[in-house]
Amino acid sequence: MYTFSNKLKTFSIILVVLGFLGVGYGFMTSHKSLDEVKIILAEEHGSDHAEETTTVTSIDEHTEAQKADEHAKHVQHQIANRPWSALYVSAFFFMMIALGVLAFYAIQIASQAGWSPVLFRVMEGITAYLLPGALIVLGIAVASGTIGHYNLFVWMDPEVVEHDKLIQNKSGFLNMTGFIIRGLIFIGGWSLYRYFARKFSIAQDTAEDNRNFKKLFRISAAFLVFYIYTSSMMSWDWIMSVDPHWFSTLFGWYVFASMIVSGITVIALLAIFLKAKGYLEFVNDSHLHDLAKYMFGFSIFWTYLWFSQFMLIWYANIPEEVTYFVTRIEDYNLPFFGMLILNFIFPFLLLMNSDFKRVPWFIVLTGIIVLLGHYIDIFNMIMPATVGDRWYIGIPEISSVLLFAGLFLFIVFIALTKAPLLAKRNPFIKESENFHY
Amino acid sequence: MESSKVIQAIYNDDDVLMAAVKKVKAKRHHIEEIYTPFHIHGLDKAMGLAPTRIAITSFIYGCIGLIISVLMMNYMMITDWPQNIGGKPSFSYIENMPAFVPIMFELTVFFAAHLMVITFYLRSKMWPFKKAENPDPRTTDDHFLMELAVHGNEKELENLLKETGAVEINIVDKEAH
Repeated sequence: MYTFSNKLKTFSIILVVLGFLGVGYGFMTSHKSLDEVKIILAEEHGSDHAEETTTVTSIDEHTEAQKADEHAKHVQHQIANRPWSALYVSAFFFMMIALGVLAFYAIQIASQAGWSPVLFRVMEGITAYLLPGALIVLGIAVASGTIGHYNLFVWMDPEVVEHDKLIQNKSGFLNMTGFIIRGLIFIGGWSLYRYFARKFSIAQDTAEDNRNFKKLFRISAAFLVFYIYTSSMMSWDWIMSVDPHWFSTLFGWYVFASMIVSGITVIALLAIFLKAKGYLEFVNDSHLHDLAKYMFGFSIFWTYLWFSQFMLIWYANIPEEVTYFVTRIEDYNLPFFGMLILNFIFPFLLLMNSDFKRVPWFIVLTGIIVLLGHYIDIFNMIMPATVGDRWYIGIPEISSVLLFAGLFLFIVFIALTKAPLLAKRNPFIKESENFHY
Repeated sequence: MESSKVIQAIYNDDDVLMAAVKKVKAKRHHIEEIYTPFHIHGLDKAMGLAPTRIAITSFIYGCIGLIISVLMMNYMMITDWPQNIGGKPSFSYIENMPAFVPIMFELTVFFAAHLMVITFYLRSKMWPFKKAENPDPRTTDDHFLMELAVHGNEKELENLLKETGAVEINIVDKEAH
């Protein structure tokens, strides 16, 4: 039985408080008046636009002023969007970890894997964050379109839709009611599976026969079917629709790859942490080796999907598709290509050697890099659509990460204290305990 | 070879063989060779063989494949006869790079895989029409054979091997090779 140490509890609460303060600060400083925005713009453009202004004086000054006004309004909106987006990116990132772990867990059970049952309780602990995490994501999305000023999804703004034929055509799918109903169906389905999986898993500990195990097997297979559809649709709803004109047919898979690799990384990190504390003596380095192999494999899988999406759009060069990457390469050059180094080159080279996959500190090092890289991946999906070139990793972004990291740790560690850390009556537990490479 | 006499113990289960190897090694006998119909995980470690370097060669071959693919495509598609495909810039390799990635990947894998297999065959001294070395054809089906050199301690070895669960023990005069 795991006990949540007071030190860790205080640590996670401090993270939440710090994050909360930072997020509050971010929201308070994001409301700039039009004049303030104009001053910011004038400061930024002061030097390099001096020449340009002399050449365009011949153009009607009235339209020039109007244009400047419109631009300032646009920038004002982007500045206001930043704390919303920062909060949303972090909320999604931590929700995605829990969802990825849930999918991985269901795959282990449905495939009746023999190596992993010693890690089931760790996975169940992480998935405890899914329900609150997903509700928060949906909550932020809905709030941005109700209390906020359409800070994340432009299709929520009736004024934008009125002048936009493309969004009008999609409004049968992209409307607030549908968005909320779909979101609740996704969350409901995932959480129901999580609730019953956990229940059967714990009931199996004290059972005389394998009835609970069989039930768990059946619902896991059913959940995977549900998950394949909903994870993909969730990625259209919650991420892809921030750019409502743009679409990619493999976007769902791409988000899934990010999700599963982050999830497996967190399983490995948490298992190493608990083992170091002496709670998981039955987890040996062969289990870590397997987790590291999955981290390695799914990192390459993620790169494959990233590249497939990029190359087809780059090659076809269709204007409405290619703008997506033009913005990212022009305004987000460092995070866009930097994430390839973090998510592909690092795990590829660090985890290639078989022996390195068994060294805990090596897995921790690579794991932190992978998590950082996938945070930036989500950042690159949301930010260009909402804040444009007004991005920065500053107080709103970092404190949003702290806020949700604290919440995540708090909920996950509380869930870990609720049940023994070994699913001792699982039919495969003996095989798992004796698992060796 | 100084000793031409060997003792051959045949097992019919890989777990029994594995336990036997550990026992024989614990008694400090030198195992000449083991013939198995399939790969057994951890057998090399149990026998005390040096770790394989084939992975390192494979990595090097992969790098060679990557370099060759880049040089080859740069020559074919940029230098020798610039190809204009879909209006992409045709005089710069780096600006056209995404289109070349699949081929870079394929040739890396191709070189790594094929050269590694060829290296493995050469290193194991296997080539076409070579006479099979395994002493008993059953080792290609469902039996495992452990071969130990005999230095006048036949009885001791025989008893030890019997203890470990060998189903058949033969003492063979081997021709020096």
